[in-house]
Amino acid sequence: MSLLDALADRDRVFDFLVPASSPVDVRHGPILYLEDVNVSFDGFKAINNLNLTINDGELRCIIGPNGAGKTTMMDIITGKTRPDSGQVWFGSRHNLLTKNEPEIASLGIGRKFQKPTVFEALSVFDNLELAMAADKRVLPTLTARLSGEQRSRIDEVLETIGLESLCGRQAGILSHGQKQWLEIGMLLMQRPRLLLVDEPVAGMTEQEMERTAELLTSLAGKQSVVVVEHDMGFVRSIARQVTVLHQGSVLAEGTMDQVSNDPKVIEVYLGAEEEA
Amino acid sequence: MSLSSTPSSSSPLSHLWLTRPFSERSTRIFLAVLALALAVVTVLHLALPAGHPLHVSSYTVTLLGKYLCYALLAVAVDLVWGYLGILSLGHGAFFALGGYAMGMYLMRQIGDRGVYGDPVLPDFMVFLNWDSLPWFWHGFDMAWFAFLMVMLAPGLLALLFGFLAFRSRVTGVYLSIITQALTFALMLAFFRNEMGFGGNNGLTDFRELLGFDLRSDATRLGLFLASGVALALGYVVCRGIVGSKLGRVCIASRDAEARVRFLGYRVERVQLCVFVVSAMLAGVAGSLYVPQVGIINPSEFSPLFSIEVVVWVALGGRGTLYGAVIGAILVNYAKTVFTGVMPDAWLFALGGLFVVVTVLLPKGIAGLMTRRRKADSDTQLKEATP
Ligand SMILES: Nc1ncnc2c1ncn2[C@@H]1O[C@H](COP(=O)(O)OP(=O)(O)OP(=O)(O)O)[C@@H](O)[C@H]1O
Ligand SMILES: [Mg+2]
Repeated sequence: MSLLDALADRDRVFDFLVPASSPVDVRHGPILYLEDVNVSFDGFKAINNLNLTINDGELRCIIGPNGAGKTTMMDIITGKTRPDSGQVWFGSRHNLLTKNEPEIASLGIGRKFQKPTVFEALSVFDNLELAMAADKRVLPTLTARLSGEQRSRIDEVLETIGLESLCGRQAGILSHGQKQWLEIGMLLMQRPRLLLVDEPVAGMTEQEMERTAELLTSLAGKQSVVVVEHDMGFVRSIARQVTVLHQGSVLAEGTMDQVSNDPKVIEVYLGAEEEA
Repeated sequence: MSLSSTPSSSSPLSHLWLTRPFSERSTRIFLAVLALALAVVTVLHLALPAGHPLHVSSYTVTLLGKYLCYALLAVAVDLVWGYLGILSLGHGAFFALGGYAMGMYLMRQIGDRGVYGDPVLPDFMVFLNWDSLPWFWHGFDMAWFAFLMVMLAPGLLALLFGFLAFRSRVTGVYLSIITQALTFALMLAFFRNEMGFGGNNGLTDFRELLGFDLRSDATRLGLFLASGVALALGYVVCRGIVGSKLGRVCIASRDAEARVRFLGYRVERVQLCVFVVSAMLAGVAGSLYVPQVGIINPSEFSPLFSIEVVVWVALGGRGTLYGAVIGAILVNYAKTVFTGVMPDAWLFALGGLFVVVTVLLPKGIAGLMTRRRKADSDTQLKEATP
């Protein structure tokens, strides 16, 4: 219900969602641009000539069977995995292949992992505090004190993700769905330009899923969002553009209806189901 | 640990003592207990006559001072192991380097009162027929320089080692193994006479520290108190780090290093800085240890010693700081008693103790103290969740 309130009262609540001024140049095209990317693990081609373009402010869903390379694609964008060949650009200015994870994160790319990894030994509040956009060098971190403004931003995010009452508890005690929400909250604290969200609704109840869908759609426009998800109902509820990945490359792209009527896509999904 | 999966069982709450409110209180308690202990020992030593049953002898004062140095070393190890997740099996090397820096100062203080009466060269150099001081012995006649080196030498080694190791993201068992290799290599090097640190015999026959006779009771008491103050300061420095946002970044990278990187923190720099601070604290501990035991030799670099330190911390309770102090003092007290009675059985006793505590008290002795609090919060949790 807090989310609905939040949605109703846009002016007040959403100032913390406005991205911090970021040096990303999107005047000449997309915010994220992947061209002919290839990755192989011990000879196995996990990503095969992948081409992908995400426009500024877009909400893009990426679907595909298990092992299609969705998570690997996010690993490449965030600097965790280095591709064997290809180009990855953030705006027209930043070549992501020349940067490491913290640099990419501070350019404004935030990520929610497939397996929720919150810091279980720390409180919910501390998790959000660490994620907050701030000077992350060692000495400033040692001497950091929360300003009133920062504290109220954390409170706002806590409200958005519905975890106010658990704010002082350790993240380790949260349910799976609550951990997913905390991760999304951590993503919001970073004020990224581009959000990469890997399977956000796994382990969530129907209600929690609805709230997640609302939140993600409300983010689009101001920020660009890439969502990887298996749950077709969820994808249908939020999707504008859908990309289908299969064996490391793009199989189809379009609206949910176009894609789900594409014979290639039907074959891949039916084939996968028959095998299973 | 991983056996339990329900939220109300011990696993997710097991780290509760790491959160701030407890630590603030525990710091005040720790400092108060330490100050009280120092005061009691001082009074019992000075005020009571030697024959009195409660009199604390000079020998005991020095022994306790030694324990305090070990406790500071254990706190330094807990800082990197308990909070940063770096299991250093080579902290003895930093301890020994601090000890050697102090030893070199004490050697130069001997002056011409050595067996060979050389005004500049320590006895072992005369014995080796050296005619001048090696370059790295210069400056150690000045106390300020030597005391600076007590922290700089271990700090620089940690900086170099940590830079190489953390930059290439060596972690876990591999890191532990190379820290063992580091201290082992240093031990072999310091055994060599040509290194210029007295070889096998190390540095000994000290006389004075800052003009105070090391054999006098007053100096010994002073060193004991200095060790206590160093422990208190080291503890406060570590608590300051651990209680800051940087400390929370440490805990976060201990548990999910990759995740911290994606938040934009340079984990390897955090590791490097904290590792260097820890090494410098270990160096200070070594420098206070040496004048109290009267000798420093390469056996302090022994890989076994560094492993023992980790056992102290594990027994006391990792990730609490005060647990490390408790562990270091208890184990070393047990060692003193045990080696007096049955010298050969000590390693078995230590091993046995370690096994028993790991099985029965996975959180160490400090875990016993937090158990009650955890029970409290368990009930709170049950009330909170419908
Ligand atoms: N580090 C790695 N080493 C070896 N193989 C890997 C590695 N990472 C991924 N793979 C392989 O690459 C393929 C793509 O994996 P990826 O995790 O990207 O799939 P996914 O589309 O995210 O699947 P899922 O829907 O199950 O999450 C899989 O076959 C996986 O086994
Ligand atoms: Mg995946």
